[in-house]
Amino acid sequence: MQVSMNINGEEMSDDIEPRTLLVHFIRENAGLTGTNVGCDSSSCGACTVHLNGEAVKSCTVLAVQADGQELTTIEGLADGDTLHPMQQAFHECHALQCGYCTPGMVMAAVSLLDEVPEPTEAEVREGLEGNLCRCTGYHNIVAAVLQAAGGAR
Amino acid sequence: MIPVAFDYERATSTDHALSLLAEHGDEAKLLAGGHSLLPLMKYRLAAPAVVVDIGRLTDLSYVRSDGEVLAIGALTRHRDVEISDLVRSEVGLLAAATAKVGDPQVRHRGTLGGSLAHGDPASDLPAALIALRGTLIIQGPSGVREVAADSFFTGFLETDLGDDEMLIEVRIPKVPDARWSFQKFNRRAQDWAIVGAAVMVDGDSCGVGLVNMDSRPIRATGVEAAIASGASATDAAATAADGLEPPTDLNAGVDYRCHLARVLTRRGLEESGR
Repeated sequence: MQVSMNINGEEMSDDIEPRTLLVHFIRENAGLTGTNVGCDSSSCGACTVHLNGEAVKSCTVLAVQADGQELTTIEGLADGDTLHPMQQAFHECHALQCGYCTPGMVMAAVSLLDEVPEPTEAEVREGLEGNLCRCTGYHNIVAAVLQAAGGAR
Repeated sequence: MIPVAFDYERATSTDHALSLLAEHGDEAKLLAGGHSLLPLMKYRLAAPAVVVDIGRLTDLSYVRSDGEVLAIGALTRHRDVEISDLVRSEVGLLAAATAKVGDPQVRHRGTLGGSLAHGDPASDLPAALIALRGTLIIQGPSGVREVAADSFFTGFLETDLGDDEMLIEVRIPKVPDARWSFQKFNRRAQDWAIVGAAVMVDGDSCGVGLVNMDSRPIRATGVEAAIASGASATDAAATAADGLEPPTDLNAGVDYRCHLARVLTRRGLEESGR
């Protein structure tokens, strides 16, 4: 069936099977491969994108459910060559090791600060419970989110 | 993991959804937020021929005060339940249990009705609803009926819902003065509960629902009776696992689960002021 959605400000339409997962639509139909597939079972958060401004796990959403909606992926955060403040904070705090979880972590962290603009460290850790870093690099990730929150104030 | 192919229908109203269910019978499944159904379909434990998407029926997303009762639309997302001032002030236990469901991304998509209709004994919300003595409003071809939470959950992933029926609302008696506690024991933050206890104490009345302690979400009737007859939290909680048949899995066997049920129920009662 025909679906169309706005991804990072651009309209994207395609003819897909209803069973197509949103993450596959993003990666294969829209060609935006910054969003990763990790566990594929809504545990790890690597596939986190924003659906109408809120973090969701795109491996557990059908593309047809996002028909007509607005998506933001990791590719849509930066303003040209200027990184989003959260990306800049991840860069400065070295909040990544292998980098596989990073797109999902950044998207989840941006959504977290939208809902809790001035989180405590505990709130950051709890707010990122849906994202796993198998390098276990949580320390710097939490530091980056706190830095980004401070920068936004 | 990709689901088995299915036909997709997007319902435009509750009546439309019901007519699609009537047309397709047990070949069809309702899709709300999808955070219970889609994982089952991806693991191919469920393979409906027709998926009826009710996710856009925004008129079933609400929290409304209705006299002595709080009415919550079945399609209200966990996130909206969690942050609702009405839910927090009138039935605080539900807000606390909802905040423990999955993780923020899951709570942005999953719905109260979808989680309850899934009927998973390891799920947090059925236990909270049992403790709060909530009821479920079900609409079908012959009209609307109301079912108590105790009668709604009939077995493992089985509920009282007919193939041609739809859960449309959850009703919970207001307990603004109640004290409550939601005890969830798991190994990792986002995991399902190994065992959980939802406890609500409102004056002399007490409600206790247990997570993952039987093949269905279950009420700890012995604990409630003991509290009603004046027993201490410790003595009442000692009966928490009586007569139950909890599952065995990699996390815990029967003995350990029964132990957890007693400990968590006691902590819940104590935190609720008993």
